[in-house]
Order: sequence, then C-alpha cells, then structure tokens
Amino acid sequence: MTLEFLVASSIGVLVAGGIYLALRGRTFQVVLGLTLFSYAVNLFLFASGRLTLNAPPIWSKTVSDYADPLPQALVLTAIVITFGMTAFAVVLALRSFLETGSDQVDGDDAPCAPGDGPSADARREPRA
Amino acid sequence: MAVPLTLYTLVVLPFLAALLIAFGSDRGRALHSGLAAAGSALGLAIVLAVAGRVIGGEVLAVSAPWVPGIGLDFSLMIDPLGLMFAGLILGIGLLVVIFGHFYLASGEATGRFFASLMLFQGAMLGIVLSGNVLLLLVFWELTSLSSFLLIGFWRDKAEARQGARMALAVTGGGGLVLIAGMVLLGSIAGSFDLMTILQRGDIVQASPLYPVMLVLILIGCFTKSAQFPFHFWLPHAMAAPTPVSAYLHSATMVKAGVFLLARLWPVLAGTDLYTVIVTSVGLITMLLGAWVALFKHDLKGILAYSTISQLGLLVMLLGFSLEMAAVAAVLHILNHAAFKAALFMSAGIVDHETGTRDIRRLGGLAKVMPITAVVATIAAAAMAGLPPLGGFISKEMMLDETLQISLFGLPWLVPVVATVAATLSVAYSLRLAIHLFFGKPRDPVPHAKAHDPGIGMWASPAFLVILAVLLGLVPMALAGPLVGSVAGAVTGAPVGYLGLSLWHGVNLALGMSMAAVAIGVLLLWRHAGILRRYEAVRHLDAKEMFDRAMGLADRQVRKLIVATHTPSLQMMLFATFAVIVVLITEGALTGGGNLTGTRAGQPASAVAIIAWALLIAATIAVVLAQRQRFLVLIYISVIGLIITLAFVHFSAPDLALTQISVEVVTILLLLLALNLLPKTPPLLSSNPRRIRDVLLAIGGGLGVGGAAWAMLTRNPNDPISSFHLANSYSGGGGTNVVNVTLVDFRAFDTLGEIIVLGIAGLAIFALLDTTARGAAGARLRSWQEDMPHSPERHPLMFVMATRILLPLVLAAGIYIFLRGHNQPGGGFIAALVVAIAFLLQYLASGFDWTDARRRVGEHMLIASGVLIAMATGLGSLLFGANFLTSAFGYFQVPLVGEVELATALLFDIGVFAVVFGAVMLALAQLSQISQRAARAHAAQVEAQQQEDQR
Repeated sequence: MTLEFLVASSIGVLVAGGIYLALRGRTFQVVLGLTLFSYAVNLFLFASGRLTLNAPPIWSKTVSDYADPLPQALVLTAIVITFGMTAFAVVLALRSFLETGSDQVDGDDAPCAPGDGPSADARREPRA
Repeated sequence: MAVPLTLYTLVVLPFLAALLIAFGSDRGRALHSGLAAAGSALGLAIVLAVAGRVIGGEVLAVSAPWVPGIGLDFSLMIDPLGLMFAGLILGIGLLVVIFGHFYLASGEATGRFFASLMLFQGAMLGIVLSGNVLLLLVFWELTSLSSFLLIGFWRDKAEARQGARMALAVTGGGGLVLIAGMVLLGSIAGSFDLMTILQRGDIVQASPLYPVMLVLILIGCFTKSAQFPFHFWLPHAMAAPTPVSAYLHSATMVKAGVFLLARLWPVLAGTDLYTVIVTSVGLITMLLGAWVALFKHDLKGILAYSTISQLGLLVMLLGFSLEMAAVAAVLHILNHAAFKAALFMSAGIVDHETGTRDIRRLGGLAKVMPITAVVATIAAAAMAGLPPLGGFISKEMMLDETLQISLFGLPWLVPVVATVAATLSVAYSLRLAIHLFFGKPRDPVPHAKAHDPGIGMWASPAFLVILAVLLGLVPMALAGPLVGSVAGAVTGAPVGYLGLSLWHGVNLALGMSMAAVAIGVLLLWRHAGILRRYEAVRHLDAKEMFDRAMGLADRQVRKLIVATHTPSLQMMLFATFAVIVVLITEGALTGGGNLTGTRAGQPASAVAIIAWALLIAATIAVVLAQRQRFLVLIYISVIGLIITLAFVHFSAPDLALTQISVEVVTILLLLLALNLLPKTPPLLSSNPRRIRDVLLAIGGGLGVGGAAWAMLTRNPNDPISSFHLANSYSGGGGTNVVNVTLVDFRAFDTLGEIIVLGIAGLAIFALLDTTARGAAGARLRSWQEDMPHSPERHPLMFVMATRILLPLVLAAGIYIFLRGHNQPGGGFIAALVVAIAFLLQYLASGFDWTDARRRVGEHMLIASGVLIAMATGLGSLLFGANFLTSAFGYFQVPLVGEVELATALLFDIGVFAVVFGAVMLALAQLSQISQRAARAHAAQVEAQQQEDQR
C-alpha cells in the first residue's frame, strides 16, 4: 500500500461519512457531517502539493528539497476558517433550537415528514 | 481655474455640501439651508464664469480612467446643452433652497432635507455633465435614489411612502432598462465616450440592433420624464414637500429624459421609427396630461398633470427631428422651468398660508394675498401661452413646427391634436389663476387666515416670473445666443437665424394659437358642466393598477422562491452534493477516465497503515454512533489527531500545530453546544431515504477520493511555489516559507480571511447575545439539566492547575508567535494556543470569575486586529510600495544579539488579535449561555426543594 492510496482513500471515506451525516435531519449531525467534510477538503487541498516526507518548507541555504509551501499556507487559514464556520453553524443550530424548540432541519414543523419513518416521540426506536 | 478643476469642482460641490449638511444635521435650519445655498451659488458662479466660452463654441472636457476594463471613465464635459441644464439645476436649485428655508418649519428634519436635496443636485449635475454614458447611468440611478428620499421626506405619511416607492419603481426600473439600452449603444458605437458616440450616428442607425436599442433607451427616457404610459408616478410624487416638487418635478429631474433625448439626438433622431414613436408618445402625453389637469382639484395635482402635458410637448418636439423644432424645444425648456417652478412655489405659498390645496375651497385670494396673486397669475398666463410672455413664443413655434409633420400619413393629425392640447392647457392654466385668486371665496375658513408671506418666500417665484416676462419681451437679447448654441449642440450642426420674437406676422400658427385661447376661455366658462360629465365617468386608477401589478409580481416571485428554495436543508444539501458528484464524474469522463497516473507512489510504513485504519474506523464510528452524542466527540477528536499526525508526517509542522489547537477549541465548542442541545436519540429516517443517502455518500466518497487519487498519482504542472521558496528569505526576510506566504506573499488573502473570521465571531455574538429575549429566553429559563454533573462545579485541583498554567502558556504563546517568521509558529497558532489557556480559565473557574478579570473586550480585539493588519498594509503605500509590501531589517540588541524586525510581524499581530478575539468571543458567549441555563436550572431546583419542605 502506498501513502498516496492511504490519503486518497481517507479523503473518500471522510467525504462519504460527511455527506451521509449532513443529510440527516438534526442539526448536530449536520454539524458533524460538515466537520468530516471539512477534514476531507483540507486534506485534499493539502494533498494538491503532493506528499513529501522529511522536507518541511523551512528555508535553509543547504537544503534544496522542500514540501510545497503554498497549499500549506492555504490550508492553514482554511483550518482556522473551518473553525469559524463550524462555530457559526453550531451557534445557529443552538439559536434555532432555542427559538423553535426543535433541532430538525427538514423544513417541516412536524418532527418528520410523512412516510419518512417514525414521527412520534413514542416511536423513537433504539436503532442506530 | 483650469478646466479639469472647474468641472470636478462643479460636480463635487453639491456632494460636499450634502456631506457637510449631514454632519451638521443636529444644528439649526439656517446652517443647513445656508450650506445648500452657498454650494448652489458657488456652482452657479462657476457656470456663469465659463458660460461665455461655452456659448462661443468651446467644449470643456476632462477625463480620468475609472474602470477602464469596461470602458467607464470619469469624464466630464460642458457644452452648451450641458451648460443650460447646469445653469437651470443650480439657478433654480438656489431659488428652491431659499424658498425651502422659509417653507419648512424649523422643527422638521431640515438637515436630512437639504442633504438629500444637495445629493440630488449633484446627481443631476452629473447627468448633464457626463462625458461617458456609463458614468451618466451612475448619476441617473443616483437621481432616482435621491428623489426617492425626497418624495418620502415626510416618512410618517403613508401617501409619501407609497409615492416614493412608486416613483422609485418606475424611474428606477426605467433606469435598468436604460442601462441595457446604453450598453447596447456603446457596443454598437464601439465606445462609451459620449463625444465618440455622437459622431457615429450613421454606424448606429445602420445597425440591425438599432430598433432594440432605441426602444430600450426611450423607455428609460419616458419613465423618467413621465411620458404615457409611465406618467402615473408623477402625480403621486406630489406627496413630496413643495420645494421638492418645484425642483425635481418641474425643472430638473423630469427633464432628465428630455435632456437625454436631446443629448443623443445626433445618434438616435432622424429615423422613421424614432419620429413615429417619440412624436406619438409625446402627442398622447401632451393631450392626456392637459385633459386630466383640467379636472384635478388639488393645486399640485393640476400642476403635476400640466407638467406631464408640457413634458409631452417637449418630447414631441424632439421627436420631429427638425432643427427649428429643437430650437422651440430648447426655448420651451427655459420657459417651462421659469413658469412651472414659480407656479409650484405659489401653490406652496397658498398651501402654507391657507392650509389647503383644494381649489374647490379656495378663491378670491387676490384681495388677501395680492403679491402671490400677481406672481402666480403671470406664471399661469405664461403657461397658457398668452402674449407678451415667453410661453407664447415657444408655443407658437411649436404649433408652427407641427405643420411640417405628417404622422401615419395624415398631415392634419399632429397640428389638430396639438391645437386641442394647447386649448386645454389654456383652459387649465386660466382655471388655476381665476379659480384661485378671483371671484368669491368658496370656503371662508382657509380664506380668513390667508395673507401674503414674507419676502423670503415670494422672492424666488417673483424672480422666475420676471424671467418669464423678459423671455417674452426681449427673447433675443436674453436667450438668443444661448438657445442658438444649445440647439446647435443638440442637432450637432450650427443653427441658422433664430428670429425669436412675439410677432411673426399673420400666419397659420398664429391662427391656431388664437383659436386655442378663444376655445380655452370658452371651456373655462363652461367648466362646471364639463367637470360633472367628466366625473360621471369612472376612470382608470393608475395607482390601483400599479398596486395590482406589484402584488402580482410579489406573489409570483414568492411562488418561485418556495418552489426553488425549499425550507428543507436536506433537500438542498442533497441537490448540492448530487451536483458535485455529477461534476466530478463529468470531469473524469472528459479527462479520458484514466484514473491512475504515472507518478510513483511512496511505500507506507506499518504505523501509517495503523493510523489509516484508525481514521477509517473512527469515521465509521462517528456515522454509526449517532445516539451517543458525547461519544461521537471522542471519535471526532481521534480523526483530528490522526490528521494532525498526517501533517507531521508529510512535512507540514505549521499545519499540525494549527490542526491540534483548532481541534481542542472545536471539541470545547461542541461540548458547550451539546450541553444545551437535545441529547435524545435522533429521529430515524425511513429506509428508502437512508439507502438513497448512503448511495449518494458512497458516490461522493468514490468521486472525491478518486479525484484525490488521480491527482496524487500525477506530477504537478509547473507549480508557482518555487517562487515562494526562492524569495522567502531574500524578499520576505523569513525562513518559514508558510508563514512568509501568509503574512507577505499572500497577505491580502490572509487579511480577507481574518476579516471573515472576525465577522463570524461577531455574528455568533449577535446570535447569542439576544437569546435572553422572546421564545429563546423562555426556553433557556426553563432548561433542565439532563446530564449527570459533578457536584463540585469548580474542582480545586483543576482551578489551581489552570492558574499556574496560564502564565506558562502565555510565555509559550509569545514564543510561538515570535519564532513564526522563521520556524513553525506564527500569529494563527499563537492565538489559538493562548485562547486555549484562557478558555481553560473559563472551564475551571467559571464564566463569571474569568469574565470579571477580563481587561480587553473581544470586539475591541477583533476590530483593532483588522485595523492593525490594514494599517500595516496601507503603511507600505506611504513608502511608494504596493499594498501590504513588507519591509524588514536586522538590528543588534545588547545581550540578545541580532534581532530581525519585519513589518510582517505587525501584520501577524493583527492576525493574532483577530483570531484570538473571534475564538474567545464564540466560546465565551456560548459558555455564558450555558451558565445562564445552569443558573436557571439551579434556581428551579431550589424552588422545588423549598416547595417540598413546606
């Protein structure tokens, strides 16, 4: 197995998990999905500089091989912005929950749309 | 004064006056009107100073590039046409300001009034002095906006608000159409420079797009100049204070459409299409306006419809595409500006002194307000076109020109309709004067208190009336050269002998004019009977139709929004992700579908494989463990840690440091939020939906993962990074290329990012700070702790440990910050580390204890951080370098040794302050909410216990 495969497959798995969670009906899961998705995106951006071992982009007269610094700089700010976005999403979710008493984001006032599985509180089955 | 300075001063002056008035809006009325009058007078002086040269044939022009990419230059020019309009705008502006000073009560928002008025004046001057059609459009829209403010000046009146909205919808909407027409015109002519366009009339008229362009531009002109069928907004705009009506709705703004027709004459006029459209629209408007004006009872309503009619006359004259018709139009613009502004002001005086504008309640005012009566009667006579006033000359010229035009193959059509309209205008003009000032008072109440106002109010209309008289008596001496050169500027060729005079001998036009007067008087005599017949018929209500149209548009747009913008986040996210998957697939297929490239892979160590397996397991656990929400956070942090390790492994120490500190902060944030969010198991989706989502997730994962694989197995195309590596030390003065990129090479990006982060922090504050109110507050107060909590809120060990930790972490933070330029570290990472140290204080010692010891507010930090970063960037401009260019030097400091100081360090301080401020703001706010909820819960529990004891 190559490092490239490990990184690419990790990105794929994170994206899949992120998409699935983002499509759930409750705010917290959507936030989790966004988090996973952001990991994947940051990793992808970082990988666009290709994978380099033992060559940090710290300039020195005697060294000629460096990892690509540009994607690193972009990803560094992206990580911080990701935090800002996550924080905003979380707070938005919290505020809308406090305002409406529901953390559903399906757009229905009812907890679940008809035909969309169990809808009453009593039918919260202990399924994962 | 040099030409460029003259022109710029002319356009800037009103805006400057508006700004000064706005700044002094809490001062007295005298300051506001004084500034406005000074601005107008100074501008008028400049216009008069250059008048001789311009009338003599010189065109003063200046140009500076503004947005060269789209052909937008800030170019101004003053030719005779622009000169005449600028003189009208400033001259009547000055008179209106004087009138307005006395008209408005001192308690009213005179600052807002005169500031808006000056804003309008500047915009209007911009229109008539623009030398670039795109620039003209900018000013055009600005007049729509400022007139909106002026019409709606009395905000508390519903009709003022509705009138303002209607005017904005019609003129602003027409402005949008005009933009399309002008852009089309510019692209046909190959330039947006007005002078160039005016010389390319042949090319433009030969273009197949000419009809489309013509109609678009005409719609823009017709909406602004209240031409049928867009005329209905003008009467409703009469809800504006009378000085505004006198200024905007008689002399200036409504003439903007006429101005543009005149301005673009050499390019647009002369074709059959142009003549037919413009002439017939003008003719219909002239007739319609005059007819309705005869039956209105509100003084300003009469004046509004008469203005519509007179504008129609001007448009019709321009539609003739004849040289002498242009002369007549120019002369009539001057006449109309004089008598109509005087009439509006007189109507304002009558309203001011009697308290009503209803002509049915007035009458016989000549006895009690003789000065106003004289002024208004002469002005009305000029409007009726009676000799020896200016109105007579231009009306006779107009009637004479109608004989030259054969519309739809009918040579009698235009002269007959024009004569009918002239007859009607004689009738409504005389009705205005006679019903208002002569005969017996119809209602004793308004009559009883009426008297002439002070000279301040009647001076302006009186001055205008004198002009109207002189325009009739000595037209050649007063306006001959001006009218001649303006008409020449309109048609683009010098005009021959004008021969403006009252007596042209006996001809057909004189006969038509006399017939108009005679029948007009007859109509007025029989007015009561005609009025009864008119009022017996139900007329279309333009406002009702407008409201209905707006309501219809509103409903349709709402439907469209509901259809495309579902309230379900899931639907929208699904669509978004589906599009991404489709795009990746499409990209892969067009690229040949060859997934694996030729770049050799690097073998993975056993540790790497274990870490990978952990990451995948943790991701699966996050997805599956939906029910135990706190457990999920542990899985999430496992993923974050492995990604941190990956950054370490792949030579990205800065990223690793950032990721690990962000990880801590994110988990803290999620913990705090989860405390308040429901922890009940999520409602489960139906199986089909879950299968659908799983399929999409797998598709997305395969697509993005595949793309990553395809990228990683190929060599990069000539990366630009080599530039950063080569210049980092020599150009940026730092060896940590990532940090130098952030604070130097791509500092502009970073500046944008910290601003975004600051906005996110402030938005979070805005969202949370108001939770105490309304439904959210009620829910927060009744919040129940649903998790087991430690009985000890602030464990002593934890508290002590964090207090010892704080100075240590601060020292580490400073160290990380300072080394950032050369070693992994920098403002971002230092800010996160320091934020964690402070957040630990919140965690250990509670929000209140920590918050009370806080010295600097987070808002201040965010603001000062952005300002420091910007100031650093702007500082480099002082040294003639580009925005955000950094400078650095090495200095010898005793004991410490050589120290490097770079301006980039200052920038990094800004980054530090914003990141620190935003992170703290988000988390501190969240913990405050938690604290509030916990306290509410504790209070409930206590109350419950007391209840139980009893």
